[in-house]
Amino acid sequence: MSVITWKYASPQYFYPLAGKMIPWFSVLALLFGAAGLWLGFFVAPTDAQQGEGYRIIFIHVGASWMSMFIYLTMAFWAGIGLSFNTRMSSMMATALAPTGAMFAFLSLWTGALWGKPMWGTWWVWDARLTSELILLFLYLGFIALQAAIDEPRRADKAGAILALVGVVNVPIIYFSVKWWNTLHQGASVSLTQAPSMAKTMLLGMLMMALCLWMYTLAVALMRVRVIMLERERHSEWVAQLPEVQP
Amino acid sequence: MTWNSPAEFFAMGGYAFYVWGSFGVTALALLIEPLLLKKRRSEVLQSLRRELFAKGKSR
Repeated sequence: MSVITWKYASPQYFYPLAGKMIPWFSVLALLFGAAGLWLGFFVAPTDAQQGEGYRIIFIHVGASWMSMFIYLTMAFWAGIGLSFNTRMSSMMATALAPTGAMFAFLSLWTGALWGKPMWGTWWVWDARLTSELILLFLYLGFIALQAAIDEPRRADKAGAILALVGVVNVPIIYFSVKWWNTLHQGASVSLTQAPSMAKTMLLGMLMMALCLWMYTLAVALMRVRVIMLERERHSEWVAQLPEVQP
Repeated sequence: MTWNSPAEFFAMGGYAFYVWGSFGVTALALLIEPLLLKKRRSEVLQSLRRELFAKGKSR
């Protein structure tokens, strides 16, 4: 077990493995996406209070979950890279940041488009919205900090510290609707209570979340492969790759 | 089924701008990201190929 695991922790073995996994995750993303959109638009009933406007939920919740989940994953890999000096882990963290930032933006964007018709405003400075905005800034800060440092291993270390300090924001986002009185509604899905929404709505939401999850895996692997090529361009394993033969 | 006609579907009960604005921008983002990555990858591969070719010639 450990032999296999460590083998794939080295770029030259991970690179082809990641390449093989990308099409599978892409297909899964398409399948879950098709199922989620079908459930969300054609099976889930009209909401009693919000009419058809509530259908934004099918993208908003998944995007928000992913923005938080990617941050935790990014901080985890950055932390591993910092503690064990493993360059693959740090590259993984760097590869996740732009996708996480994109989902944080989409969470805010779809939230604004949902807030306008239902609350009467695009934006309020309430705890949930503000902490999600801070999450977007943490991602952008991480990306900018790494881009500002020329030496990759130093960039990894500086980014890791920022990512780890920022982790404290994720539980704040998650529990903000409980800790403070906010305009934002409570959690849509709770582990401790029976779901309050129609089963088809819940299922559609989960399918969309799975779609975004598979999408993230595919895209993060695509990006980490590019980063590996960029950073290790002078190594022997890159020179041996069939796709770089002149 | 909630919809009686395609027009009703696209109207989204009066929320068309908000619903399609959410799904449209998300779809666009999820489409553009992999395309940008494909471009970045082909740029790296091209420069690597050129580098290796130059090396092979000088050898």
